[in-house]
Parts: sequence; structure tokens; C-alpha cells
Amino acid sequence: MAVSQTPRSPLLELKDLRMHFPIRKGAFRHVVGHVKAVDGVSLRVEDGETLGIVGESGCGKSTLARTVLRIYQPTSGEIRYRDRSGGTVDLAALSGPALDEIHRDLRMVFQDPQSSLNPRLPVIDIIGEVLSVNGIVKGRELEHRVADLMLSVGLRPEYMRRYPHAFSGGERQRIGIARALASNPRLVIADEAVSALDVSVQAQTINLLQDLQEQFGLTYLFVAHDLSVVRHISDNIAVMYVGRVVEKAPTELIFSRPLHPYTEALLSAVPIADPRLRRHGTRIRLAGEVADPAHPPPGCPFHPRCRYATELCRQELPVLRTITADGHAAACHHAESLSLNPFADRTVPEFN
Amino acid sequence: MTDQVIALAPEAVRNSDAVAGQWKLIWRRFCRHRLALAAGVVILLIYLVALFAEVLAPVSSQTYDSRYTYAPPQQLKIAGYDAAGQFYPLYVNGYSMKIDPIALNRNYSPDPAVLIPVGFFVKGEPYRLWGLFDLDRHLIGPTEPGKPFYLFGADRLGRDVFSRTVHGTRVSMSVGLIGVAISLVLGIILGGISGLYGGWVDDVIQRSIELINSIPTIPLWMGLAAAVPISADPVLVYLWITVILSLIGWTDLARVVRGRFLSLKTEDFVIAAGLDGCSRMRIIWRHMVPSFMSHIIASVTLAIPTMILAETALSFLGIGLRPPVVSWGVLLQEAQNILAVSSAPWLFLPGLAVIVTVLALNFLGDGLRDAADPYEY
Repeated sequence: MAVSQTPRSPLLELKDLRMHFPIRKGAFRHVVGHVKAVDGVSLRVEDGETLGIVGESGCGKSTLARTVLRIYQPTSGEIRYRDRSGGTVDLAALSGPALDEIHRDLRMVFQDPQSSLNPRLPVIDIIGEVLSVNGIVKGRELEHRVADLMLSVGLRPEYMRRYPHAFSGGERQRIGIARALASNPRLVIADEAVSALDVSVQAQTINLLQDLQEQFGLTYLFVAHDLSVVRHISDNIAVMYVGRVVEKAPTELIFSRPLHPYTEALLSAVPIADPRLRRHGTRIRLAGEVADPAHPPPGCPFHPRCRYATELCRQELPVLRTITADGHAAACHHAESLSLNPFADRTVPEFN
Repeated sequence: MTDQVIALAPEAVRNSDAVAGQWKLIWRRFCRHRLALAAGVVILLIYLVALFAEVLAPVSSQTYDSRYTYAPPQQLKIAGYDAAGQFYPLYVNGYSMKIDPIALNRNYSPDPAVLIPVGFFVKGEPYRLWGLFDLDRHLIGPTEPGKPFYLFGADRLGRDVFSRTVHGTRVSMSVGLIGVAISLVLGIILGGISGLYGGWVDDVIQRSIELINSIPTIPLWMGLAAAVPISADPVLVYLWITVILSLIGWTDLARVVRGRFLSLKTEDFVIAAGLDGCSRMRIIWRHMVPSFMSHIIASVTLAIPTMILAETALSFLGIGLRPPVVSWGVLLQEAQNILAVSSAPWLFLPGLAVIVTVLALNFLGDGLRDAADPYEY
């Protein structure tokens, strides 16, 4: 197969995407502020890759996923998507039928398989909804298609008349994945798709997602808070903190040489299964709470919790910039000078 | 071998449950709720009474006999012989009446010598059922028309309280049904708009509900009921009272519907339906409404007794339905004086009907509400 060498635009490109939710108060609901859930995110997702987005709760990663799908109308910025014809459309500006059409290419797998499946509908209606609503296939053909989809996610097609309550959590998530695949999508956005599952089922589901990616040539935007899960599945990782991307790099680079102090802290929090190794590294305990996205601190939003913060960090907001030639980007003033090692032996900072 | 049986049984249950839809699962859960099931049967019977009131009542609600004012209830007896030695399978004793020389009261006591034979499907007063069928058979009554037959006693005009209670069932129960139906329509429309659109529309509707709820109910009813002309046709008064009751009753249902829409709007499966390309109407009717319909039915069942009690209260106060319309409240109004308490306590028997109905509806509603969430296990 000839591989085209001409540089193409990426499948999905976010340009300075912002999603600010107004805070309303009082009898007349006037706006008293904004929660800056996503605040100027720029990312590229290439065909066939898996981009992992990590960060702690409330950092805006789920909002980012939902904004890309236009569940929310972004405040500003562009969501540039290269459609099947090769042209680029800005999803942020689309609406109505044009957006419905895009929604067949961009699909979502939800976090909670309990609430993401309508308990009142049998599986065939849940998986087949996108097909029947858009009039893609009907009747007997729909049944065949749903049976195929169920087989490809490892469910028995004879269960298609069952209701979601008859399935286990892992099976329900497979139904959710089958629903996402029903319209032959190109990009699947998985929003914490395995977080609600047992660890053993998580592994199965991750492997299933990888098999499906190979089989259908899918591109994944994989949102998670579990670094070990993301490491396993992602080609590239973007780390988010208070609505911004603070570091972006190929997976192995993030893990071997993080460039942002926040990433270092995240990595040092990953549990190590080997007790002998545990003695060598000491966890970095972040002091304080995540910054309030309605009132982020001036300068670098991470500076109140950062052990390396200087006066510059308190005053100037660092931008995401490429640091090394292999595409490692970080939003830290001191990315070049810091030598970070999440697994280093260090004295435990005092509790305060 | 026993192990196998045990292992197989849950699987069989699981399989039948797995393909059971919403209503089937609700019904199964409801059936496990014995009290609610019994209450459901009682309610069904009461509505049958309302439907076939003329057949069940021995006489019409207006038939009176001045010879038997305030006659006490008669006891229905089985198998007895009269003075002539004739056998009666089912009978009541007649009355012997004495006039108290001081108070000039009539005192009735059962006369064991007089036997009034009672039969089923006896010929009695002619009536027209549902305005369609001319009939004259009554489920129970004296075989000889005109003989005294007062199972619940008689009121001040010598009217049969039992027959009047049976006839009152129709009005009282239908006020509940029609009133709740009107509330439901108002509640679903206004609550739906409030929950779906939100914003200032939601504010306006919610503040209006709070305003309506803040007005003391009895004075409000009295004011509205006073607006119904005194000379109006009793049927019109009945309709007006029903509308008045539902104008206040819709607020609770509207809140339930609004709350459901609000919580469902952000539910993942509703968002997923939107991403699947479902239209707004399809999302509402296929995904949202079925999710809370069972709750609405339970709420409605719990709203009916409130309506019945409200009607009873209004009529008891004399500002609701008026004679000749017979409802339980109208009947209880006759038990308002001290005489009823001291010498004719049987006039309170229609109150028993109210208690039984309200209790049964509440049990039924509770059972339905518990059964309405078959997926929460």
C-alpha cells in the first residue's frame, strides 16, 4: 500500500479552544463570573493515533471531550476536523443536519455504563438507534448489523432483545462501545471509558478497544485519570491542569522524562506494585487544592502547589511550547533548567 | 442433582427478566407487594360500585319514607322462621316503633316477629343505567318493594343511607379521576415547559406555583366556590368544583414532571441519544417520557385521595356540591348536627367509605411507586 508522503492536515485539530460556563446568581440570573473549564487548548490528533488526555478531577478533560463533540457550544476557538472528502470543517461553527452528519464520524463512549444506556430500551434499539434515526439501515438488515457489532465487541448476538439491566458492568460498556462503532466512525472519544469498571474488566476493555482500533482503523481521543491505563493505550499524551494543556509528548517521553512539575507529581502518585521498589521513591505530595477554574491564580495556575515555583511563575502565565526536537512540549518557564524525576528518592515534605 | 436444580433456577429467572420490558418488570414487582395488590383490588371494586351504582343500590338516592326517619341499621340475617312457621333463607327484621312520651322522639327497635324477606336481583324501582338501559333489577333488596330495608340506617327524611353512599361513590370517585386528569394535563404541559426550557420561563412557572401554594387552600376554595352561581345546574356545579380542585392540584404534578425533565436532561443516555441524531421530539418521547411515566402514574394515584378529601371537605362545609347531587361529602354534611352524634351515628358510615378509599389509594400509590423503579437492583 502506497503511503502518501504529502503532509496532510491532522484528522482533528483544536485551536485555542475555550469553554467558559457562566456562573449566574440572584433573582435575575445575572452573570457574576465564569468557570473556565477549558481555557485555550490547542491539540492535534493524527489519523490512527491514540491521544490520551490525563489530569485530576475537575481539570476540564471531560469538558474538553464534550466540547469537541459539540455537546457544549464552545465559547471561542476552532475545532478543525478533516472530513471524509479531505476538506476541513470547523465543528465549532456547525449546527443542525451538518452537525448530525459529523456525529456519525465522531462518536463517544461514556464513562458510566449504568447511566449511558437507556434502561427502557433493548440492546438492539440502543446500538441501532444511530442507524435507524439516520435511516442508514432498517428492519432485518439492522438486526444483522447489530448482531455483527455485538460479535465484534465480544457479546452474544442472541442477547440483542435483552435490556441493559441483564448485563454486567463490563458487558454494558461493550454495548456502549458497539453503539459508538455502529455508524462506522473515524474518531472515537472515550471519556473515562474504563474508570467505572473493575480492574480485570478494565484490562479486557482496553484490549478490546485496541483490537477494534486495528480492525476498523480508528482514531482515539482517550480521556482518563489513570496514568497506567493511558500509558498502555496512548501514542501521545496531553496532561491537563485547570483547563489548560501543561505538557504534551509521545507516551514514553512523558514517562521517562517529564518536563512539567505537575506531570512529575502525577507520575510519582502512580502506585508501584513492587514493594522493593517502593522504598526507593517517595511520593511527591501536592500541597493544597486544585485551583478554582472560576478564579485561577495569576501567573502559572500551578505555582501555589509547585515546589520549583519562582517569582516569574507567580506573575507570568507560561505558554505551551516545544522544548525538545522530538516533539515534547510543556507549559513551564523552567522546563529546560529543571531536571525532574518522579521516582527519585527524596525526603518527604512536611505535612502542613 | 439437587445442586443442578438450584443452579438452574436463577438462570431461568434471569432469562425471563432479561427480555422483560419496563411494564412487565413493574407489574412483577408490584405483584410482590401484597398490601398494594389488595388495595388495588379494593379500588377496582370501588370503581365498579361507582359504575354500577344503580344496580347495587336497593333504591334511588332520593327515595324517602317518612315512616322511618332516623331508623337504625338493620342486620341481615340468614335462615329464619316467621310466626306462621314459614322459612326465609335471607331476611331482615321489621321495626317496631314507640314514641317517647317526654321527648316525643320516635324510637325504633327491631321486631323479631316481623320478617322481611330479602333476595338478590329483585325487582324494584325502575332506573336507567348510564342513560341507556331501562332496568328494574337490583343486586340486593326486599323481595316485596316498599318494605323497609335500611342496611346503613335511615336519615332525617327516611332515605336509605346505604343506597345514598353507593350513589355517592360515583360522584366522589369521578371527582378524583377527572380532577386529577385535568391536573395531570396542566402539570405535564407546564412542568414539561419549565423543565425543558429552563431560564426565565422556568422562573415564572416556579414562582407562580409557589404563589398558588402559599394561598391558604380552604379560603381559596371558598372564594372560588362562591363564584359558582347558586342557581346553577347541579351538574355544572359539580364540573366547576372539579376544575377548582384541579387548578390547585396541578402544582405538585408540575413539580414532579419538571424535576424529572431537569435530571434527565443531563443524563448520559439522553446526551447519547442526541449524539445519535435523534430529534428533540424523539428524545422527549422515546427517551425521557418513558423514564418517568411510571413515577407519574404513582404520583397520580397518590393525588386522587387528596382530590377526594378536598371534595369531601368542601361539600362538608356546604360550599361544594349541593343536594340533590349526592357525594360522600354531601352525606357527611347531614351528619353535622349534634343529633347525629348522639342518636344517629350511622350517618357517619359514608365517612367509612372515604377512609377505606383514601387508605386503599395510598397503599396502591405506595406500591406503584416502589415498583416503578424496576432497574434499581
